[in-house]
Amino acid sequence: MIAELGHFSLILALLVAVVQSILPMVGAQRASRPMMDVAAPAALLQFGAVALAFAALTHGYVTSDFSLKNVVENSHSLKPLLYKITGVWGNHEGSMLLWALILTLYGAAVAAFGRNLPPSLKARVLSVHGMIGVGFLAFILFTSNPFLRVLPVPPDGQGLNPILQDPGLAFHPPFLYLGYVGFSMAFSFAVAALIEGRVDPAWARWVRPWTLVAWCALTLGICLGSWWAYYELGWGGWWAWDPVENASFMPWLSGTALLHSAIVVEKRDTLKGWTIFLALVTFSLSLLGTFLVRSGVLSSVHAFAVDPARGAFILALLVIAIGGSLVLFALRAPALRSTGTFAPISRESALILNNLLLATAALTVFLGTLYPLFLDVIGGDKVSVGSPYYNATFVPLMVPLVLVMAAGPMMTWKRADLAGVLMRLRVAFGLALVVAVIMIIVTKGHEAMAPLGIALAAWLLFGTAQELADRIRLFQAPWEVVRNRLVHTTRASWGMSIAHAGLAVTIAGITIASGWQQEAIQTLKPGESITLAGDVYRFDRVEPLPGPNYSAEQATVTLSHDGRAFATVHPSRRTYPLQRMTTTDVAIHTDGFSDRYVVLGDPQPDGGWIFRIYYNPLVPWVWFGALIMVLGGIMSLSDRRLRIGAPVRKPKRAGGELAA
Amino acid sequence: MPPDTKSNPGRRLLFLLPVLAFLGLVGVFTLGLGHDPTALPSAMIDKPAPAFALGPVMADKPGLGRADLGGKPVLVNFFASWCAPCRIEHATLAGLAASGVPLYGIAYKDKPENAQRFLTDLGDPYQKIGLDLDGRTAIDFGVYGVPETYILDRDGRIRFRYAGALTDEVLKTEILPRLAALERP
Repeated sequence: MIAELGHFSLILALLVAVVQSILPMVGAQRASRPMMDVAAPAALLQFGAVALAFAALTHGYVTSDFSLKNVVENSHSLKPLLYKITGVWGNHEGSMLLWALILTLYGAAVAAFGRNLPPSLKARVLSVHGMIGVGFLAFILFTSNPFLRVLPVPPDGQGLNPILQDPGLAFHPPFLYLGYVGFSMAFSFAVAALIEGRVDPAWARWVRPWTLVAWCALTLGICLGSWWAYYELGWGGWWAWDPVENASFMPWLSGTALLHSAIVVEKRDTLKGWTIFLALVTFSLSLLGTFLVRSGVLSSVHAFAVDPARGAFILALLVIAIGGSLVLFALRAPALRSTGTFAPISRESALILNNLLLATAALTVFLGTLYPLFLDVIGGDKVSVGSPYYNATFVPLMVPLVLVMAAGPMMTWKRADLAGVLMRLRVAFGLALVVAVIMIIVTKGHEAMAPLGIALAAWLLFGTAQELADRIRLFQAPWEVVRNRLVHTTRASWGMSIAHAGLAVTIAGITIASGWQQEAIQTLKPGESITLAGDVYRFDRVEPLPGPNYSAEQATVTLSHDGRAFATVHPSRRTYPLQRMTTTDVAIHTDGFSDRYVVLGDPQPDGGWIFRIYYNPLVPWVWFGALIMVLGGIMSLSDRRLRIGAPVRKPKRAGGELAA
Repeated sequence: MPPDTKSNPGRRLLFLLPVLAFLGLVGVFTLGLGHDPTALPSAMIDKPAPAFALGPVMADKPGLGRADLGGKPVLVNFFASWCAPCRIEHATLAGLAASGVPLYGIAYKDKPENAQRFLTDLGDPYQKIGLDLDGRTAIDFGVYGVPETYILDRDGRIRFRYAGALTDEVLKTEILPRLAALERP
């Protein structure tokens, strides 16, 4: 009964979306206020209807209603409650419903908080957003309906994939989707602006908070996903350039470019066509990511629904959404005119360079991801593209990007004094050089990547600090002046400094973690130990540990350094008899600077156990840095000018508050 | 909509470029949709297995070559330590090996030390394992991506190919019946 309610509610949402996409658009065309005013209540109603459907499906999972096909296939009465709930989006149908829920949430947020948007723009934005809703709701109802019943009702569910029972995996899809789908807002704004034929600084100011919210959520989602891969899969790595990882990384790269180019539109009223293009491309890449994951065009671990019929539907959606918007772009964008002019050396130029590098990086990832498919279609060899490709193409693009990143914020708009900027960066340059020399001495000149990477991180960190110090005139003016400037530094500036510093932390983490990892693999009997990177790992004992639907063996390993024990860890392995599956539970001891990562392997006939131990220096910084970047994004989101929106009328609340 | 003041044809063409690129992409996707990675047609079906001779992976186990095939129906499984689905299917393979089915392994584009670690960690279900470092043998077999499992008959001919991770369900419906049919004299 409740499931039927959800089903009807979803149908209602589709109908509302159809109305929302037609009436306001026609109204805006005819300047009819009543028709335009349909948009906001429609968006709210659409969200309410999808939320009700989602709640109905969640109810089905929580109560283990095995008359629902989706619940039978993906849940089990023995699952802990948490995983019953997260199981709602742990499958194709449910995750598409979550996608639709987040899509309509953004639409509702614009309807509720976009009071000071010009009525025609608001109507058009919500109309475009309604069209995306129509596409996805139709997709769910016609090809991926989670509310289908099954007869006879089976006694219990089938879905209890042990690997998926993990908090990291359970919570990264919602953040990824908040990010992916969040870029739909920038897309709707871009299409609406193309229809209106007007892009101005006010437009950029409305678009930026939505892009920032999406960007923060996507950063967090990618971060969680990579962390999950690190501790759950037990292979000691944290990024594999897997097609699905790439699918989330491409919109991140172009979304980052969009964040920066929107600043240029806002402050300098130029770079409009490019910004619109980036907005279209970023959401297109998000859609493409969905397509790649769901259609089976590229097979991957994550591809949990391989179904050509769904693939064909999504492809049709892609053609309409991406093709349509690009055609509109080709027709309308050439007419967009800019007022701002700038010299080759200026902050505008620095941001353009940033955009070019980020866009090229996104394109390299794109080609690497799709190259096997291209080659296959033209009848060539079957190949797989792995990290050597990305190391050779993506990494070199990041070097100039980071070099410019430290200098860019110091440049002034319109025309900058390059010599002056470089002079201000001399301390950062000197420090980066010192760090590089230290690294060369430490590595005895055997490595090039570690000194380069760490020097780049130092350059970015100190350059960012220098910019902040200059801005508040630290050490250059009396304390009163400094304090005054400190107080008046905008949150957007803080956000920029924090986010750039976060990237420096991540770069340092990536460099050291990928170059300096140490590992040991050995069979140990209780009482024996391994020494790795100066630490002694003593295997004390192994005990059976019964679980609800698995049996486990848990080892106790004592870590000591110079004879002093500093930690005890418990790596374990679980055997799920029903699924005939063995999973390893990695034990990680972290001190914030490095991880000691212990995996329990197979028992040996002689009574020993195989242990795999990694020393991962600085690997936590990869994720710390990402979290700092998110913090920077949130800081920037709370900036006054984004909360106020246009410089007219009463203040509005930030869209971010709702989504965050 | 303000009239277009700069209707320079070259500039207009530039704005058309993304549409054209996207159309090309759609073409590729449409062709790409046609092939379902779980049911790949193999040009090698009913053909004799290609000639190959691969060195060993594990110190205590022989390598694998064309000469080892034939005489009885066997399964040949392509795997790699870097492949996550291989990890997932490994328990199924272990069960299969325990039930006495002859199973040979080929480590695809894998460093020997990684393949060894993979097998010592998760258990080694294979009777013989060959190391296909450059992936030549996999290309000759027509491997699309690991994991893939081939059924060969007693004449050493490829009779069936399964692409993707084996599960108990797949064993029951796809692999074991075919193997049983081949084992009948």
